[in-house]
Amino acid sequence: MSTQSASARETTEGTVYTVTGGDWDEVVQSAAKADDERIVVNMGPQHPSTHGVLRLILEIDGETVTEARCGIGYLHTGIEKNLEYRTWTQGTTFVTRMDYLTSFFNETAYCLAVEKLLGVEDQITERAKIIRVLLMELNRLSSHLVCIATGGMELGATTIMIYGFRDREMILDIYELITGLRMNHAYIRPGGLAQDLPPGAVDHIREFVKKMKKNLPEYDKLATGNPIFKARMQDVGYLDLAGCMALGATGPILRSTGLPHDLRKAQPYCDYETYDFDIPTADTCDSYGRFLIRLEEMRQSLRIVEQCLDRLQPGPVMVADKKIAWPAQLALGPDGLGNSLDHIKQIMGTSMEALIHHFKLVTEGFRVPPGQAYAAVESPKGELGVHAVSDGGTRPYRVHFRDPSFTNLQAMAAMCEGGQVADVIVAVASIDPVMGGVDR
Amino acid sequence: MSDANGTNGANPEKDLSASNLPGQRGDGGEEIRVQRGMFGANNGGDTSGYGGLVRSVRLPGEASRPYGGWFDEVADELEGALEEQGLVPGNAIEKTVVDRGELTFHIEREHLLRVAQTLRDDPALRFELCTGVSAVHYLHDKGRELHAVYHLRSITHNRLIRLEVSAPDSDPHIPSLVPVYPTNDWHERETYDFFGIIFDGHPALTRIMMPDDWQGHPQRKDYPLGGIAVEYKGAQIPAPDQRRSYS
Repeated sequence: MSTQSASARETTEGTVYTVTGGDWDEVVQSAAKADDERIVVNMGPQHPSTHGVLRLILEIDGETVTEARCGIGYLHTGIEKNLEYRTWTQGTTFVTRMDYLTSFFNETAYCLAVEKLLGVEDQITERAKIIRVLLMELNRLSSHLVCIATGGMELGATTIMIYGFRDREMILDIYELITGLRMNHAYIRPGGLAQDLPPGAVDHIREFVKKMKKNLPEYDKLATGNPIFKARMQDVGYLDLAGCMALGATGPILRSTGLPHDLRKAQPYCDYETYDFDIPTADTCDSYGRFLIRLEEMRQSLRIVEQCLDRLQPGPVMVADKKIAWPAQLALGPDGLGNSLDHIKQIMGTSMEALIHHFKLVTEGFRVPPGQAYAAVESPKGELGVHAVSDGGTRPYRVHFRDPSFTNLQAMAAMCEGGQVADVIVAVASIDPVMGGVDR
Repeated sequence: MSDANGTNGANPEKDLSASNLPGQRGDGGEEIRVQRGMFGANNGGDTSGYGGLVRSVRLPGEASRPYGGWFDEVADELEGALEEQGLVPGNAIEKTVVDRGELTFHIEREHLLRVAQTLRDDPALRFELCTGVSAVHYLHDKGRELHAVYHLRSITHNRLIRLEVSAPDSDPHIPSLVPVYPTNDWHERETYDFFGIIFDGHPALTRIMMPDDWQGHPQRKDYPLGGIAVEYKGAQIPAPDQRRSYS
């Protein structure tokens, strides 16, 4: 059986093959016929190992990658533009969908920027801050689990994929219990949280921590000392400190060069300075080092989660300022989560002022004094920065997300060029890009 | 809703004090727009009764010394280092703004590259990490419509500053920072794509998010959001950019 998978046409640059699937062998054969070693291969945007719709353009010479470039933008959804047409509170619904694996980080970074603009950072309640940290650290676990799971799958290690998604599922159950949704929560709001933890959440998380402490060593046993795993990962995707600084790479990539830079320690937010945890580093500058760092960060996150649970005291989860805090209490109704009927009964039946206030705050939103602010959090991928500008209105004038995936993905060329085609997969996996965040 | 004291939480003396009123900054600062009317209704007859409303939108203005904390140290070092290179700091640094605990240097665009290089290389400054460029389009700020905003982080000294550079819509050119901070490669392409700012000296300034043949630059304020009206429970809900605006 013979299929023509690559059609060829002559250009001034030489023969160009358009590959539309099919066997690699046939592509190589037809290229060999042309008596020209230079092949440009489009990997993606629908390739299973490129983490979503990332398009890699590789110029290869035999099995060696001579040039590597990224094509991005396939998942651009105009979130930053859309934010300018909604109220500040509605913004969380959008930003949570940017890097969909790190929803709580997007929400927190956005809310920190809005709170800075409002000047209410000092009024954020203790409980709200602890729950934010709690959710962010659980989110760090679930994000790293996906990274390790999909990274393993791309190496052919399907067991580690099953393990990773098994453990992530437990975390998604916690999200569902707390926010009602497995992804895209819009739970953290400017001024605090949408609502308090539901009954039983703390016990549920404690149970999870216990299970996770049992499960985490399995990754060590399965992968850390595994000779095949090490052979594929070690010295692959090399990027040293100078390279990281020039290319703006942060997160595990930067820490794999030995620099313990973590915004939770360097520029603490949400009271991170009061938690007890370590910043793991490696000095190998390679994919294997990044894997070890992610594994250790998961252990540290569990430590922080436990400290959060111990600290939780009853109290409000929203600022007291009624001009910012939505008055509504949420409750589960027959058609999903919505305003509690008791609250509606009160504003409709007893207090005209409360009704007006509620209506204005929800439709109009609150005004934010003019100016700009930058807030950054340490997401599982690196520095997630939010630049928010207000013109004094009820809608953002401009919000820009500095997504770590976007910046780190630029390092792909530096990591892959001169290496083997197979190592491109490993290097990209060690960057852990999520296209929702890259393209926004 | 009533609070713990049984009142409705209102406190006229406090609530109406100037500092507590939203969206107002007195006469200080820099005016970027004068807004008339309300609800975004500016064509046709005014039926809202708010048509005569005039509001001046002002961003925080120039700060005077001392800026406080390490801000003065950074400003002194930067000015000193620029002087050493034979530059008059006043020519390069248009103004310095301190607001909400953040330090912003407004830089004249022709001196941006030199200032950035100084910030990166001077041992006392050492802003080795650039977190990319963001831009803002101030449609009504004539002659300074486009602003490019850079956040620079110093890991050595654990500091963060902001650089802001403006360019008019009629001449949207700003020097590229890629020679100093290679990380800005994609960030500048993104900003070009969305705002139409042309970064002179960028190695390959092409679109990055939008398709190559896209017309216009979507994040500009004169570019409509678009969208269609949808029906919900019998009522027509207009597209997001057609809805009533309170800004």
